[in-house]
Formats: sequence, structure tokens, C-alpha cells
Amino acid sequence: MLIKTPKASVICESQVTDESVYNQRRDIIKSMGFVGASALLSSTPARASFFGNDDAETFKTEKLNFSASSKKAATKLTPEEKIISHNNFYEFGTGKSDPVENAQQFKVNPWRLSIEGLAEKPFTLDYDDLFKQFPLEERIYRLRCVEAWSMVVPWIGFSLASLIKKAKPLSSAKYVAFETLYDPEQMPGQRSRFAGGGINYPYIEGLRIDEAMHPLTLLSVGLYGKTLPAQNGAPIRLVVPWKYGFKSIKSITRIRLTDKRPPTSWNQLAANEYGFYANVNPNVDHPRWSQASERRISGAGLFSRNRIDTKMFNGYEEVAALYQGMDLRKHF
Amino acid sequence: MAQLHFFKLKPAHLPWLKCIIHLSALVPLLLIFFQAFNDELGGDPVSALLHFTGLGAFKLLLLSLLVTPLARLLKQGLLINVRRLLGLYSFTYALAHIASYVLFDLQLDWPLLLSEIVKRPYITVGFVGWLILLALALTSTKQAQRKLGKRWQSLHNSVYLAAIMVSIHFLWSVKSAILEPTIYIVMTALLLAYRRDKFKRWFNKRIKNRQKV
Repeated sequence: MLIKTPKASVICESQVTDESVYNQRRDIIKSMGFVGASALLSSTPARASFFGNDDAETFKTEKLNFSASSKKAATKLTPEEKIISHNNFYEFGTGKSDPVENAQQFKVNPWRLSIEGLAEKPFTLDYDDLFKQFPLEERIYRLRCVEAWSMVVPWIGFSLASLIKKAKPLSSAKYVAFETLYDPEQMPGQRSRFAGGGINYPYIEGLRIDEAMHPLTLLSVGLYGKTLPAQNGAPIRLVVPWKYGFKSIKSITRIRLTDKRPPTSWNQLAANEYGFYANVNPNVDHPRWSQASERRISGAGLFSRNRIDTKMFNGYEEVAALYQGMDLRKHF
Repeated sequence: MAQLHFFKLKPAHLPWLKCIIHLSALVPLLLIFFQAFNDELGGDPVSALLHFTGLGAFKLLLLSLLVTPLARLLKQGLLINVRRLLGLYSFTYALAHIASYVLFDLQLDWPLLLSEIVKRPYITVGFVGWLILLALALTSTKQAQRKLGKRWQSLHNSVYLAAIMVSIHFLWSVKSAILEPTIYIVMTALLLAYRRDKFKRWFNKRIKNRQKV
């Protein structure tokens, strides 16, 4: 018997915000421009200036041209000010509000991203290429952190697959290795083991080639219609929505095709807590906390009932085929 | 350490000192909850609340443990009078910590709370530490002190155990940034080391009791 069930990642009608409400919301936000600005002043991003760094430059983002997501108003997006002020980016400090404070002077232009290794046509992209070489599209993805909180983020970017195809990978390429910029002068977390939470920098990540080629796997260059803020991994970062957030490496300078499984940063630090695969899995707990549920950061306040059940593969069940026959308890 | 000749704490100073403690403990606590309710604590107000109240409870616990050494070293015997107040504020912060966890993080998912207490070592030790502080807070009155007699002191000696539990709770709760917990563990160890003679006496007593049997 054929039982057809819709993919769990397909957003059902009950979750969809009515379009009129969605549009109104934008109008309300616009009309509250003044209030919004003053509210921002009291939150973390402005803390640095409060303590006298007034003349310090802030990181600038620019509007992007992209094709909007067809699922536009599907789920309630996490507010932009939450997405850009609650970050794990240990290169800029281990606290959640450290990156927004410490990354304001991060220089991303010029940038160099190289695609190398087992490929016929390795190439490099400079800063402008990141936004011009591939058509940009918006993708609204759920982001599930291994720390059991989550967000809904409107990313802008292009499929990692299109970048890899352009390099013409050899058949011997079985894995893809990623590397974050190493620049201790700009990244205080890289200056000492203590400041950077014990990670052996540069931060490295990796995917199996079939995971990397999956259409869901995104290279993001922006969010909320603009280029990425520094604390979110400017100018280019990975987004793998069915894996815990730490797989989605930020500020990438090197993508290498390889025949061996590459080492990965958090796995190196604590192999019993962070596996290579790191697929979102409510049935495999982190040794120190449950992964069965998560808190969705929504901006609806302290009393919002935002603890929700975590779904297998973060709800992106179309990737299950990649792991057929694998014991995901062992390969967590 | 040198005696402070120029200043001697007098009974008249105590209300002022207590007033300062009340203000500096209570105002930040109220402020953080006010900010949390107004969503002014950055991306995730819940984790900000948890960190602030947890760390606050630990700081106040260490301060309460600092009173005795400080009173002796500075020869300001009256200082002992603020110890209970600091201890009670430590418990207040710990109560706010656990309440934030249950109300705002787990959102009254009681089965999850129970399974987390049983399954997660860092939550187990934190919870035991909290239970100790609860017992000490409930028996902190003069009345309870009279009623319990000799047993009161042995009960309240468990504050050292609570300090150890809280240290472990902090260390095990962080993902990898162990610098801050390490600093707190060193402070705890110093304050406990000051009581080494007390611990030695207990230890010897135990051995003697055993030999008697």
C-alpha cells in the first residue's frame, strides 16, 4: 500500500501567517521606525557606544538583489534584531552578545574564497564575485542550535552545489572541507586558547560530498534582504538546515574537495558531545542536555510558550535518504 | 594582616552596611527581571536571566563565605552580623535562577524537569546545591537556631558542600569556555582552604568514632 505523507518540512497552512497580517506587520514596523531605533539603542548592539566607543565604526550591510522566497510569509520569522545579536561566533568571544560587540570593525572587503583540492577547475572568488557569480535567492530556513534553541532565518544565497559543480569535482572527491578566516588581529578569540573557548583555530568544518551537493545546502551571503552582518559570518557562510548550527561555518575562506573525511572543530574539542554528522536528532541527547525539544527564539517575550518538539533532521526529512542504513545513534 | 586602627565597625554602622547590601543585591535583581520582561536582554532573554541569577547566587555565596575570614583578619567581629543576610540573598538569587529555568526555559514541562535532574549530572549537582541552600534559608531564623541547638551548626556547615556543588555545576554547564568557572573554583578553593583546620578536626573525629566502634 502506498501511503503518501507530505514532507514534514513543508509548512502547513495552520502555520502560515495571513499575508495581509504579514504586510501590515511591515507597515507597523515602518511606522514605528522612530520607536524601533530607540529600542535598538537600549539593546546590546549599542552597548559598545554607550561605554564611549562612539567614534568606532560600525559594520555596514548593503541591500541585495535576489529572488524572493516563494514561501515568503510561511513561518513566523525570528526578528532581525534577535538574529543579529544572539550569535555563537567564538572568534569574536564566547558570549552570545560578544560577536555583535566585537565584530563591528571586521573587514570583509577585500575577501578571497578559494575552491580547491580534487577538482578539474579550481578557482577563487573575490568579494564582488560572492554576490555576482551565482544568482541569489531567498531561503527561509529553521536554524537549530546544538544548545537547544532555534530561529527562523530568511537567508539569501546560492546552492553550494552550483559552486562545487563549477569547479568540476573529480570522482575521487568524497568530502568537502571548509575553513574560516584565520586573522587573530581582527578576531580576538583566535589570540589565545582561553579567549576562544579552547578551539584550535582556524575553525574547520566538513560535509560528505552528497550532503554538500544536496539542494538544501546553502552558501549564504545575506539575511533579511541585506548582506550578512559581521557577527553572522560575513561575507559568506554555510547553512545546512538539517544539521546543528555549528556545522554552518562562518566567514569562509577555503573550500577544499578531498578524499578523506576532514577533521572538524567541535568534534576535535569534544568528540563524545559533537559528532561529524551532527544531524538534528531528537532521539540522541547531548550528554548534558535533552535534544527532544527546543526553545524557538521568536521575540514574543518571556512568557511566550515557545518550547517546541524538535523534529528529526530539523523537519527536513527529504535528506533522510542520505543516511539510509546508517545507525544515527552511533554516527551522531 | 594589619589591624585597621583608623576604623572600627560599631553597632551603629550595621544598619547602613545592611542597607548597602540590600540595595546592591536587590536592585540588580529587579532590574534584570524588568529588562527581561521588556525583552531588552539581547537575543535570548532566558539565557541572560539564567546566567545573571546563577552567577549572582554564586558570587553572594562566596561573599557570605568571605565574611568570617575577613572579620578575623581585619579584627572586625561585628562583620559577622551581615553573613546571614548575604546567605539569604544568595538563596534568593538561586531561587530566581531555578524559577527562571522552570518557568521560562522548560516552561513548566515537569516530566522534562525531573528527567533532566536525574539524567544530567550538572543539573543534579546544581539541584542538590540548591536544596542545601533552601534548608539553610529555612533554618536561618534565631528561633530555628534555638530549636535545633547543636545540630544547627552541623546543618549549616553543609554550606561548604553547597559551594563545592555550585562550583561543579558551573564548570560542567559550560560548553568549552572554562576560564570563568576556573576563576570561581579557585576562589571557592581558597575560601575552603581557610577552613582546613575545621575539616581536619571533623576528619579526626570521624576516625576516632570509628575506632571506638
